[in-house]
Amino acid sequence: MTLFSVFDIAGSGMSAQSLRLNTTSSNLANAESVSSSVDSTYRARHPVFAAIMNARAQDQAATGVQVLGIVESQAPLRTSYAPDNPLADAEGYIHMPNVNVVEEMANMISASRSYQSNVEVVNTSKQLLLRTLALGQ
Amino acid sequence: MPITIDSALGNHPQALTLRSQRAEVLAANLANADTPNYKARDIDFKSVLSTAQNSLSSAGAALPLAADNAAHIQPLASQSQAELLYRNPSQPSVDGNTVDSQVEYTEFARNALQYQASLTFLSGNIKMLLTAIRGD
Repeated sequence: MTLFSVFDIAGSGMSAQSLRLNTTSSNLANAESVSSSVDSTYRARHPVFAAIMNARAQDQAATGVQVLGIVESQAPLRTSYAPDNPLADAEGYIHMPNVNVVEEMANMISASRSYQSNVEVVNTSKQLLLRTLALGQ
Repeated sequence: MPITIDSALGNHPQALTLRSQRAEVLAANLANADTPNYKARDIDFKSVLSTAQNSLSSAGAALPLAADNAAHIQPLASQSQAELLYRNPSQPSVDGNTVDSQVEYTEFARNALQYQASLTFLSGNIKMLLTAIRGD
């Protein structure tokens, strides 16, 4: 019964989107985490999505989505001169993460909308299956 | 002409199978709405259903399985594997993704309604058969 695999597909979408929401919240929480050296500064993290293709047949539909990994953003870090800051380095500079807060908010909305549509797919499939079970009664 | 259960139910069982396959394809599109380079897929329901019907009407006539034992049964019409096509995007994204969530979701809702319509027809047919069997 193929309707049952809809649950797997939508479930993989939901877990991928919730991981995206997780990285977004981590980025937003660390948006202002200053540090005294370039190496120890937090960098924005983003998940990499890829479709899970059916291994049995070459021209098959995707059977869900997977997270290949999480990459750190290569955007330049923000550096500002703040000699009063206790974390300032020898020259008086502090390093701030390359988190773009506006971009992260847009990411968050996109992730929550995608999560919602996956939940709707699960609900609809559940109704269809229940009606199929009640067939002929 | 003898009335078999298969002919009484019409093409609704095949339609249900195809509808659930299509629901799977559309759900995969929605799950991959944010995957770079993912191309949205769909099946052409009309052509696949007509192929399934043709194979059903010719099943048993063209190449029947040899049945040398009374317990052997003829197979049902082979489940036709729906041919997957690619959707023509109206506005492809920069990352190579051609999924339009709104389009996919409306198609999914339409497909679900049509699945329910087939279910309703099917349960009507079953009730009719039951009435004929009981005769009350």
